[in-house]
Amino acid sequence: MATITLDRVGKTYPGGVAAVQDISVAIADGEFLVLVGPSGCGKSTLLRMLAGLETITDGTVKIGDRVVNMVEPADRDIAMVFQNYALYPHMTVRDNLAYGLKNRGTPKAEIARRVAEAAKILEIGAYLDRKPRALSGGQRQRVAMGRAIVREPAAFLFDEPLSNLDAKLRVTMRGEIRQLQRRLGTTSVYVTHDQMEAMTLADRLVVLNGGRIEQIGTPLQVYRRPVTSFVASFIGSPAMSLVDAQWQGDRLHLGPFALAAATQGTGAVTLGIRPEDLRRATPGTPGSFAMAVTFVEELGATRLVHGDVAGQRLICAQPADAPLQDELTLAADPSALHLFDPKTGQRLN
Amino acid sequence: MVEHRPFLNILAHAVLILGVLVVAFPVYLAFIASTHASNAFGSGVIPLLPGREMARNYATMLSTGISSSGAPPLGGMMFNSLVMALIISTGKIAISITSAFAIVYFRFPFRNLAFWAIFVTLMLPVEVRIVPTFKVVADLGMLNSYAGLSIPLIASATATFLFRQVFLTIPDELLEAARIDGAGPMKFFRDILIPLSRTNIAALFVILFIYGWNQYLWPLLITTDERFYTVVAGIKRMADVADAVPQWNFVMTAAVLAMLPPVLVVIFMQRLFVKGLTETEK
Repeated sequence: MATITLDRVGKTYPGGVAAVQDISVAIADGEFLVLVGPSGCGKSTLLRMLAGLETITDGTVKIGDRVVNMVEPADRDIAMVFQNYALYPHMTVRDNLAYGLKNRGTPKAEIARRVAEAAKILEIGAYLDRKPRALSGGQRQRVAMGRAIVREPAAFLFDEPLSNLDAKLRVTMRGEIRQLQRRLGTTSVYVTHDQMEAMTLADRLVVLNGGRIEQIGTPLQVYRRPVTSFVASFIGSPAMSLVDAQWQGDRLHLGPFALAAATQGTGAVTLGIRPEDLRRATPGTPGSFAMAVTFVEELGATRLVHGDVAGQRLICAQPADAPLQDELTLAADPSALHLFDPKTGQRLN
Repeated sequence: MVEHRPFLNILAHAVLILGVLVVAFPVYLAFIASTHASNAFGSGVIPLLPGREMARNYATMLSTGISSSGAPPLGGMMFNSLVMALIISTGKIAISITSAFAIVYFRFPFRNLAFWAIFVTLMLPVEVRIVPTFKVVADLGMLNSYAGLSIPLIASATATFLFRQVFLTIPDELLEAARIDGAGPMKFFRDILIPLSRTNIAALFVILFIYGWNQYLWPLLITTDERFYTVVAGIKRMADVADAVPQWNFVMTAAVLAMLPPVLVVIFMQRLFVKGLTETEK
């Protein structure tokens, strides 16, 4: 159990490419922190810097009270779960679990006890004597987690551990990881590019883009109040629609339509509206606008209606039993409008 | 490719059978010669069926050898060949697996230079550098010794490349997982790399054992003491008699016996050998 503190951490490769810049986060003891971002945003690099697999070129990383910048991975008291599991193919599951403990000179009886305990927690007791090659993807993933658990480390580091699994298993394992982490209370850092995984797992999210932090917050904070247009478009599924709008006086104009806004401003803004915040309105209601339907995606419980308002694309989530029409009149609550600066992408309201 | 054409089947089998005959017939002839008396092959008609002298020929070669052509009993020579082949194959494997480990997993100054230096030795087999190598070995006082027989043949670029390729197929995550599990470089080498290249080591051992066993020129050059004669070079000494007809029955007996150990190695390690050349289980 430990806190992890990153203070202005950066990584510049010898060629001058800055993969990660100016990252400062304090991770509380027992917290589940998720690093999320598109591919190439530096999230894996940052995790590998925490693990000690990449050198840190700027700033300091502290695990507990100890600065670990120059500490070997084995001595950082962390355990890592890799995307492709990285199990030792020639060892049995039992030996895979025990290897790290054996290298640390843990007494045999203690190793046996911890392996048995991890096997019980993860329900892998039945195949302790098999080789990884004889296991399915989900079982391998459990073994990989078992290898982390037996070490009883100060922190777990997960590097996209679920992306090699099929969609259904991914959802199951996601739940299991969450429960396991709650139960063990071990500080965890989890890297993913899947915003759904990030939302469901995280105590707090760190949204990364281009090697920098865009926003840190709880999943709901990030979802409800994205601080940049990047975060707004990245978090949430279906994605928030971002359209160009204009302030005309104290009215916000989307094409010819004047919307009801809670704030005031001037000039051009980027307007973000979540599909689920749009509701049907009777034509002529102040603040409503008409959307020409282009196509419809059925999701079962809901229906995503893609449409066009003054030449800009919008998505609206509708109940599946709502009638289909060529044109919908929609309105949004003023508090559900997200306004961003079109140049900097920063939140305005 | 699936084809069902009887004519092609017959043709393919004919070609294969012909190939087997071309390879097997001389071996068969050597065996036949080793079962006849000494004058059978000198008479002008080559017998094609086994004779009755087999037991005597083999007993003679194993116990006394042919004193007239200075060939000691085969037992000693075969032992020498075995020692030489084992030292060469284990030495080559040990040196090349460690150098491949260094080249693949460590960043050190002149790493590329080291790699190319090893590569260049491919162009310098023993036959090319035989005179300077002989001089070095003679100056070091290693003539007529097992060390002299084997050490100059140990350095191997081919085996280094083979291991390099094997190591490159092992995913980096395995190294990283081992680092997090507290395995230092040598522990990683011992616990992960060597077990993972086990089948490759076996395949290489077979090839190198035969390479070592069949060494001819180098042992012929540096052994003058019959205690260090090897069997392959010894056969040449038997056939090379002054003012007499070579005793082909004994020469062929020696040849057949010399063929046996490599054949046994191939037979017993065949399963691992094939696995090592075809399978990648990473």
